[in-house]
Amino acid sequence: MRRLAALQQLAIPVLLLVAVGVAGNFFSRSIEIYFRNSLVMVAVVAALYVFVGNSGVVSFGQVSFVAVGAFAAGVTTVPADVKPAALPDAFALIRDHSLGNVESLLLATICGGIFAFLIGAPLMRLSGLAAGIATFAVLEITHNILRYWTKIGPGAGLLSLVPETTGLLQGTLGAIAVVGVAFAYQRSRLGRLLRATREDPAAAQAVGVNVHRQRLWAFTLSGALSGFAGGLLVHMFGSITTEQVYLELTFLSLAMLVVGGATSLFGAVLGALVVSGLDAFLGQAEEGVDLGFTLDLPTGTRLVVVGVLMALVLILRPSGITGGRELSLRLPRRGAGREAA
Amino acid sequence: MNTLLAAFDAQTVVDAIGLGAVYALMAVGIGLVFGVLRLVNFAYGQLIMAGAYTLALTSAWPVGAGIALCFAVVITLSLLMDRLVFRPLRTQSPAVMLVATFAISFLLQSIALLKFGALGKPASSLASLNQAISVGGVDIRKVTLLAIAVAALALGALALLLHRTSIGLHMRAASTDFRTARLLGVRANTVIAFAVVLSGVLAAAVAVILTVQTPLVTPDFALKDTIIVLVGVVVGGIDRPFPATLGGFAIGFATGFLGGVLPTDLSVYLPSLVFSVVILVLLLRPAGLFTRGRASVVDRV
Repeated sequence: MRRLAALQQLAIPVLLLVAVGVAGNFFSRSIEIYFRNSLVMVAVVAALYVFVGNSGVVSFGQVSFVAVGAFAAGVTTVPADVKPAALPDAFALIRDHSLGNVESLLLATICGGIFAFLIGAPLMRLSGLAAGIATFAVLEITHNILRYWTKIGPGAGLLSLVPETTGLLQGTLGAIAVVGVAFAYQRSRLGRLLRATREDPAAAQAVGVNVHRQRLWAFTLSGALSGFAGGLLVHMFGSITTEQVYLELTFLSLAMLVVGGATSLFGAVLGALVVSGLDAFLGQAEEGVDLGFTLDLPTGTRLVVVGVLMALVLILRPSGITGGRELSLRLPRRGAGREAA
Repeated sequence: MNTLLAAFDAQTVVDAIGLGAVYALMAVGIGLVFGVLRLVNFAYGQLIMAGAYTLALTSAWPVGAGIALCFAVVITLSLLMDRLVFRPLRTQSPAVMLVATFAISFLLQSIALLKFGALGKPASSLASLNQAISVGGVDIRKVTLLAIAVAALALGALALLLHRTSIGLHMRAASTDFRTARLLGVRANTVIAFAVVLSGVLAAAVAVILTVQTPLVTPDFALKDTIIVLVGVVVGGIDRPFPATLGGFAIGFATGFLGGVLPTDLSVYLPSLVFSVVILVLLLRPAGLFTRGRASVVDRV
């Protein structure tokens, strides 16, 4: 019975993702991109959730793993014949080797995971404000190096001609994979140990939980999943610049997590879908959209609306629209709701 | 050749001191609010941006009027920020407040983008301050001298205020131990509002100086500077006004100097160096470099 309830907690987000993936098929290509984008954002936010949601430690740095994954998958899949022109300064190893779609996603996952482990090993000693600032520093360093070190990538320029393999199918499967791993992790012993440290670090330490080790596990897993999501991202756009995986994506992914509810996987998925849906609608409305009347918003409205939404949720309902709980079809017994997840 | 090199170095040093002075002002603004609220205001740069836009839009006005309006706008905005965002979040953890101010920072930038576009507005009313005067063979822009003078004056006045007035005493008490200070009759809202207004005044002053140095005002105006100053404040020791200020000055001087001395292919990596330093300090000396053995605000596992 408990296992059934658990499966249901996974099944509903997965069904939502499948529904998004299927629905995208009914739209023209200019609209379909929004569906693909929201699936990739689910992957990014679920990866972010693995660390931030389970540990309760804020990280501004997960987008650096998305960036590493995106560039790893990007530079290895640019067709060999255009590579010398696209990456003139790159190391011979990068210049002379190319990977297929699936291998590049695996590489993105591995790069993200290793990078996160190396960063996390010292950084996971920090909590609270210090962790926020240190992870922000990681984002800045990653951005700075990717932007100027042309031996490993395109530098400040645009990396284009990446195969656009993240269609609706790969987007849906990818998002489900990330959500599935995140779910398995949070149900596992390690996930429960980490959530214990989130609720009460002192008590968790007192019963023998190694807070540093548990956070490092989650940080590494989150980094690997972020790298994978970055691979999905670059294969969706077919091109990438360092600016696409920097402050704006950090802001958007944090906004999605906060709006959905940072302490539940369902919150992460729902937040990503709701905010990216809203974002897509507003993006369309900036071009002019017909709703019986013509809605034509000035360019830049979407970030204002998302920003206001995030601020309102933080102030009025800090636990997000899901209240930070997993979805359950049974109504929680009175007073029993808090132990969900 | 040698004299040329010396002149070049002296100029780099003066410019670096100028940048350090501006960053010191920003560091004080951030540090004051942190002291009473335990809140790192990521959106501090957007207060400066708002001031800069005010100056840009009032370029045709008399200079004094433009500057007065700049101060009014920035102070109003910082009070609004306190009332609408900081106060409801006062009971939340510092990390949540950091995320919230990150959101506000992004929101204000987006509003500026929406309202004024990405291309930027020129703020030219004070452009004459960019002229250089020659002191012993070293060309110094007037604005650099202005920055140094304003920083020295503001810091001096602030030190007097904190140590010679009762509201200053209240603020120092509140930043040492907010709860005890309240129990002893310090009015929380007054002290916080006062700190917020002071930090707004400093932001407006910085806006005036920065618009002279970089007259083109864009939505990301002062964003990079704020991030670097945050680093400096943490490196110096965010918990204490003086070390925080010194940290801001040091990081401004260091980035200004290294940016001027290093060849371009190295100086592009300067941000990486700066942010590596903050990570190291957080790990090895979390109370800050310029503080003496004091319990830090950084909790660790």
